Amino acid sequence: MSQVSAVGRSVARKDGIGKATGAARYADDLVFPGMLHGRTIRSTIPCGRIRSIRFAFDPAGFTIVDYRDVPDRNVVDLIAQDQPYLVEQEVRHLAEPILLLAHEDRDKLAAARVEIEYDEAPPLFDPEQSSHVFKAIDIVKGNAAAALAGADQVIEGTYRTGHQEHIYIEPNGVIAVPEDGGVTIHGSVQCPFYVIKAVRCLLGPGRPVRVIQTETGGGFGGKEEYPSMLAGHAAMLALKSGRPVKLVYDRGEDMVATTKRHPSIVRHRTGVTKDGRLVAMEVEVILDGGAYVTLSPVVLSRGCIHAAGPYRCDDISIRGRAVFTNTPPNGAFRGFGAPQTEFAVEVHMDRIAEALGMDPVELRRLNALRPGDTMATGQTLREDASAHLVLDAAVRRTDFTRKREEYRGSNRGIGLSLFYHGAGFTGSGERTLKSRARLVLTPTGVRIAVGSTEIGQGTRTMHAQIVTDALGIPYEDVEVAQPDTSRVADSGPTVASRTCMVVGKILEECALEMKQQLGGLAPAEYYARHGALTVERMYEPPDWIQWDDDTYRGDAYATYGWGCDVAELEVDPDTFEVRPLKLTTVQEFGRPIHPALARGQIEGGTVQGLGYALLERVVMKNGAMANAQLTNYAIPTTLDTPEIDVVMLTNPYPGGPFGAKGLGELPMDGPAPAIVNALRHLGFDVREIPATPELLAAVPTIP
Amino acid sequence: MNFLLNGVPTEVAAHPMARLLDVLREVCGLTGTKEGCGEGECGACTVLLNGEPVCSCLVPVSQVAGSEVLSIEGLRGEHPLQALFMSEVGAQCGICTPGMILTALSVPSVPTLDDVKTALAGNLCRCTGYPAIYRAVMKWRAAEPAK
Repeated sequence: MSQVSAVGRSVARKDGIGKATGAARYADDLVFPGMLHGRTIRSTIPCGRIRSIRFAFDPAGFTIVDYRDVPDRNVVDLIAQDQPYLVEQEVRHLAEPILLLAHEDRDKLAAARVEIEYDEAPPLFDPEQSSHVFKAIDIVKGNAAAALAGADQVIEGTYRTGHQEHIYIEPNGVIAVPEDGGVTIHGSVQCPFYVIKAVRCLLGPGRPVRVIQTETGGGFGGKEEYPSMLAGHAAMLALKSGRPVKLVYDRGEDMVATTKRHPSIVRHRTGVTKDGRLVAMEVEVILDGGAYVTLSPVVLSRGCIHAAGPYRCDDISIRGRAVFTNTPPNGAFRGFGAPQTEFAVEVHMDRIAEALGMDPVELRRLNALRPGDTMATGQTLREDASAHLVLDAAVRRTDFTRKREEYRGSNRGIGLSLFYHGAGFTGSGERTLKSRARLVLTPTGVRIAVGSTEIGQGTRTMHAQIVTDALGIPYEDVEVAQPDTSRVADSGPTVASRTCMVVGKILEECALEMKQQLGGLAPAEYYARHGALTVERMYEPPDWIQWDDDTYRGDAYATYGWGCDVAELEVDPDTFEVRPLKLTTVQEFGRPIHPALARGQIEGGTVQGLGYALLERVVMKNGAMANAQLTNYAIPTTLDTPEIDVVMLTNPYPGGPFGAKGLGELPMDGPAPAIVNALRHLGFDVREIPATPELLAAVPTIP
Repeated sequence: MNFLLNGVPTEVAAHPMARLLDVLREVCGLTGTKEGCGEGECGACTVLLNGEPVCSCLVPVSQVAGSEVLSIEGLRGEHPLQALFMSEVGAQCGICTPGMILTALSVPSVPTLDDVKTALAGNLCRCTGYPAIYRAVMKWRAAEPAK
């Protein structure tokens, strides 16, 4: 059976043509007999207690659910069990779910008025004033205080990033269908096994739960944890009414009520020698977690681990905290804490270069990590570390040094950022997770049966390529099952740049084992002679990974992707509008399994980073998003997006399938600091994003 | 209410102010037209009304009486842009794709990159960052200039 290999080629995608013909079925496209529509009644205050609830409508024909209808436990089961599905008394944030309504007529549902009276309490909005700490992290390497005292120069700075809203073009939506005394959830979700765990906790024993992922119109982390809330709500309405219930948010509700990227405040104190070596780094990281814990501890963890940047320094102290405020909980968003802290360190590096009168490239060359160097957690980097590779390639490709001189004095600026991103769960996370993958022989080939979801990034295709080559069969003979918790193995959540590197690896091992069992027969031949065959395997992280969750010492990630972004832009001297001219991004992520899909991840992530840097401002009023409309929360359009020059470099990771590392999040880390450093090159002392025209008009200029 | 839907004379019973989007999805059962924002900002619900791209979330169905409406289903999967959006990865999650393809039909026959960008400026995509969409459209036009 000889054939051209699938890995490394942009083969036909397993999605088929449905996304381009309208035939692909998303949650809102599904209709079930007797289906009702659901609606969530939410708090209109950020902090206080409910005094009374009055229904100002005729309840005939409505299904009404409040906290007393919770079958078992009124908590969304995640890291902490602090967030209720429905408010009982205490309101912690605006737009918090209090009641659920369902009706078959959407107009009647929308017209129903519920009057809620509250006893308001003073809200807390400023994370720096919050003493309610969800999680604190202390990473210590050497003695930063002593090293700072001995430094030739100390450079300090405070950097801020705002909320960012995901704007997946398909808002959150699920349908709950009563089945066998329990429910089946059909929904737009990233993590079907998160949803099943949370809904089981809500419904209690004896009520079977099944979760089926529908075609999903984008996620970016925004459909990691929030769908558990939505699914629980729909499940309660379905159980009480005995009918299928569709709960689909409109854009405004999705923007106000669901999670966003954590706003951050990051403070740096860095000691350097006069020739530019980093000798001490003190970093303080504050993340605004919002009103409940949700995923804040792990977002903080990834943020802190990346906070010292891709640089070598013997004495580092990183102290982080994620804190409570009376705002809707912030959550997972592509990059997961790293875009915030890498923004801070990369802008800080350009300020260090300024202070020393050094070229920003030279400063980075002097300090960037190499194989054999140790990071803040004490992890020693292996041969698959490519900071210098990407930096040199980006500088050469953009003619950075010449342009940096040439643009001086014009209204054109150029800046760069050097960044990295750990792939997979942090530390011992993958060991604890015990992900599984399954490969099933079919009469015509094999079927991949994993819970990893296709949300646009190419899961189906990339997994099929890996199995194709490991098994040595035609690509066409590999099919991919729709994630359905009753039919696929729990391969862990589709997050953390782990779907290719970790789940792909288990699938590769399944395929190799199956190949051995087939004994030289083609799958169809084997099936005809011997019948069904299933191989299931669990993920084994590399045996050298050591990690201590208490001390934050050890190998934080099995491997890292590396990137260098260069931004070229102009600023209108009258309106302060920024016009990006070109973004060059050089990234090393092992090797691309499907080059066209990988390029799509890089281009798409880079443009999300561009929006984060310049356009996407969440305006908070009374603790919630005031500009919850696409009219006044602007994401990049075609006209905001410059040419993007993508370079994909190879440095295989031996623990990944065919050498691949994770890629999904890496592209998000670099654009914001590169753009802000280009603005610095133009003389704008920007230390926060988004760098809107209003901000640029207000910031000091650099002489 | 009568109109020509994907070339087929169609009669629907709907409130005159019902959104064309809802009529297409719920009365006609054509769910390829997607709702992304409901306020005409994202372009996911784009259909062609007498050949012009419009946001069907902003069009009351009474306005299409006697007109021609083309939704993504009307291309029957046979338009070369549909295959190109998949092969060039101009579609990732796919939710903006039907609207994006219908809007792209209006780019000039020998387009510059700026022409393509201008034509698609009202259609948001959060996955691709757009370059793959440009590649799909440019390949289509290069292979098959409009008459």
